[in-house]
Amino acid sequence: MLRPDEGGRMSSEQPGDATAWPDQIYDLLKEHGIRQVALVPDAGHARLIRRCLADNAMRVVPLTTEEEGIAMLFGAWLGGEKGVLLMQSSGVGNCINMLSVAIAHRTPCPMIVTMRGEFGEFNPFQVPMGQATPAVLEAMGTLVRRADRPEDVAPTVDATLRLAFNTYRPTATLIGQRVIGAKTFGK
Amino acid sequence: MSASVTTAHNAKRMNRAALVRRLVARIGEDPAVIGGIGHSNFDLWAAGHRARNFYMLGSMGLAVPIGLGVALAQPRRKVFVLEGDGSLLMQLGCLSTVAAQRPANLAILLLDNGTYQITGGQRTPAELAGTDLVAVARAAGLPQAAWAADEADFDRLVAQCLDTEGPHVIGLKLDDAPPAGQTERDPAQIRDRFMRGMGAKRSGLPG
Repeated sequence: MLRPDEGGRMSSEQPGDATAWPDQIYDLLKEHGIRQVALVPDAGHARLIRRCLADNAMRVVPLTTEEEGIAMLFGAWLGGEKGVLLMQSSGVGNCINMLSVAIAHRTPCPMIVTMRGEFGEFNPFQVPMGQATPAVLEAMGTLVRRADRPEDVAPTVDATLRLAFNTYRPTATLIGQRVIGAKTFGK
Repeated sequence: MSASVTTAHNAKRMNRAALVRRLVARIGEDPAVIGGIGHSNFDLWAAGHRARNFYMLGSMGLAVPIGLGVALAQPRRKVFVLEGDGSLLMQLGCLSTVAAQRPANLAILLLDNGTYQITGGQRTPAELAGTDLVAVARAAGLPQAAWAADEADFDRLVAQCLDTEGPHVIGLKLDDAPPAGQTERDPAQIRDRFMRGMGAKRSGLPG
């Protein structure tokens, strides 16, 4: 049940709506008290990014590379704030070495990753990193959970935020390309 | 705004340990200081531990992004970042990231000895090319960036960081003297101490 979301209406008020998951993630970021949102943009996150930019209580920080985001979230935690890193699966490859920061210091590092290279992908360059994303994250000690249906996104993001902030480690929600495709590629 | 016209090639080459001691003596207790990987944090450690010192033991290039996160989290506290030239080169884009956010409380001290000193003093590509990293910072959108001509000029620039809104960048050309000490290597303890010093640790227990 697709419907347009013009006029800033809150799709999250309709739990059955297959396009509501970005708004549900935004609601979760608020619920968890997220203040710093670090990101390298991805089309799959565009709607969530718009919601965060419109929120004066959140600092949205566009990065030049995902590595910066791992460090920035760490700094946020050192200073007493919570952050989250939004990126595409290709960006995971950019920040692998930096995950040692969260492991060595035992600090939360929640990542929300929109997947490419796995479901109807058209770009050959997205496939190697997309296929390797869960393996390399787990190899660096990250707890990885996937959401492959729109209704699974919010509970999975909630679970990985809780895992990060309660158990002090890097965690990632991978949002399957099938979920994103339903929203983004039809435009 | 800095009046300094010192350029990379005519800045005095100074001693890192001595400069870090000057910094710590000048800024008092309140500011946070983030020491970047390698000899940057070694000399911060050697200058005498402070409650709000953080020593980054690993992962090149992250001191500035860490400092950005700290500065955004505690905007009323000054945050000084000590980052080496080799490390900054590995994450040069962070200068644009900082410029875009304009954290008024952030000061980046570039410790530029032109080499990867900890691995044997190999020259950096920027040194080989003659890259002026303070000019790079200015071009990235950080106009309050200046080379310190000498120790007295460094004191003046630090005072500017304390008294005026940033972000600031101070370039420091260094000699090749080794560090004055070596940081204790326990990252979890370093993190815990720093968070307590910053009032960011949620614990009812002392220490």
